[in-house]
Amino acid sequence: MSRINVELPGLDLKNPIMPASGCFGFGREYAQLYDLSVLGSIMIKATTVETRLGNPTPRVAETPAGMLNAIGLQNPGLEKVMKQELPFLEKYDVPIIANVAGTLTEDYVQVAESISTAPNVKALELNISCPNVKHGGITFGTDPVIARELVEAVKAVSKVPVYVKLSPNVTDIVEIAKAVEAGGADGITMINTLVGMRLDERTGKPVIANGTGGLSGPAVKPVAIRMVYEVYKAVNIPIIGMGGVTNAQDVIDFMSAGASAVAVGTANFVDPFVCPNIIEALPAKLEELGVKHIKEIIGRSHR
Amino acid sequence: MIRQERMTVVRQVEIAHHIYELVLQGEIVQDMNPGQFVHVRVSDSFEPLLRRPISIASIDREASECTIIYRAEGRGTQILSQKQVGDEVDVLGPLGNGFSADAAPEGGTALLVGGGIGVPPLYELSKQLNARGVRTIHVFGFATENVTFYEEQFSALGETHFVTVDGTKGTKGFVTDLLEELQPEFDVFYSCGPLPMLRALEQFYPEKPGFLSFEERMGCGIGACFACICKTTENTEKDYVKVCSDGPVFPKGVVEL
Repeated sequence: MSRINVELPGLDLKNPIMPASGCFGFGREYAQLYDLSVLGSIMIKATTVETRLGNPTPRVAETPAGMLNAIGLQNPGLEKVMKQELPFLEKYDVPIIANVAGTLTEDYVQVAESISTAPNVKALELNISCPNVKHGGITFGTDPVIARELVEAVKAVSKVPVYVKLSPNVTDIVEIAKAVEAGGADGITMINTLVGMRLDERTGKPVIANGTGGLSGPAVKPVAIRMVYEVYKAVNIPIIGMGGVTNAQDVIDFMSAGASAVAVGTANFVDPFVCPNIIEALPAKLEELGVKHIKEIIGRSHR
Repeated sequence: MIRQERMTVVRQVEIAHHIYELVLQGEIVQDMNPGQFVHVRVSDSFEPLLRRPISIASIDREASECTIIYRAEGRGTQILSQKQVGDEVDVLGPLGNGFSADAAPEGGTALLVGGGIGVPPLYELSKQLNARGVRTIHVFGFATENVTFYEEQFSALGETHFVTVDGTKGTKGFVTDLLEELQPEFDVFYSCGPLPMLRALEQFYPEKPGFLSFEERMGCGIGACFACICKTTENTEKDYVKVCSDGPVFPKGVVEL
């Protein structure tokens, strides 16, 4: 009997661990290193209607216990993702969560309608929180009314459950979470990166060509935990938590705060085997805590 | 095949000002080729967080040892420079596509042009070219005398010229000044160094086949994060290439310079 399987809308997961969108491409690179079927799920890189070439370089900069990135949603576009990337992932026994991005509501609707028909896409993750694109993205994620309307429009066309990825770059994340729940979201994923900046020591100018970038890595974990904790209290839909996860203890922390599953982002760059390593370490962690099944710890901070 | 391994420090020497030569032993050496790189985690903690991409300078399959040469300039490389004999270092590699030594005709001549910390990967390449019966000419540029290294090692393999910006060693100026003066005869060129140097070489030798190794800030090192993207020229089908997994070595004319 598995002690670590979890169920969320559309997702029957053998374990709660999945690589976060943007940190795993479309899986090809990591497939050279291990069998992707060990993963609970995979959140693939954001897909937009057209090919996007992203931002100028430098696109990343290291920061204390973290990193900034401003990739700019580079992706091959909907058609290629449907024809090349998703079929490649079909050979693995792993449900896919497709991250959907765009500039206008119509873009999100078009990508969602099409990508939700792919046989291995079991859920969508609406990217309303990318801090690195000029239009769309985060503008949908900072206004509760606009966020709700977008969720309603996507829900109307999607064949699979819709999760919404929330931005931490807001005054009140609970307000946005409630709005997307009211719009019919089946779940919430959180958090996206925090907007940050690093300056070059010599020139005093931003290191990243885009100026600002999204902060991720262990440095953001306390912020993410706090936000998951607050949102869990306020909504009735499940949360996939993320932000600085590097080991099994971090997973326990996120689930304690209220997450039903956990995504691993930046840590994949540090240790490409981090996801399988965490999955392997989880049962012993449960043993330590005297817990029979991982589901028992979901939201235990609140009990 | 890409593998993650805890390699053992065999030797570490400061061979020039802030330039370190680090010899590591491990199984992944068996898969290494010149021009490839390793992604080194300098600390098991998350500070600093990311791995450091460092080119492979020398490969000894028999001893399962490889040499990497790096400049200890930032936080990460400074920590790496403190590693002692017997310490273990978490290494991911070998990564990327290296130099094709086969592109040089047997009995022919290869011109190797390096700038600063771009010189190291040319050492293993030169060894392999010479082993194949290819004559090598080495033209290397450095900022100043105290950051030069491997003069003896390269001289043992072929004609070697050093040039420094301040003239403290070899001729004064840039590699391009020296190349103009030398007018070397060769069949193919290989280069690693700063972008202006690579750009100048492409313009200098439009008729000759050439291979250029690029450097860019990296995240994952394996092609997943899209940090190290370069624009391509109109002659190529792809819109962009990733330095880490498509490169770091590209035939000339692929990357927009």
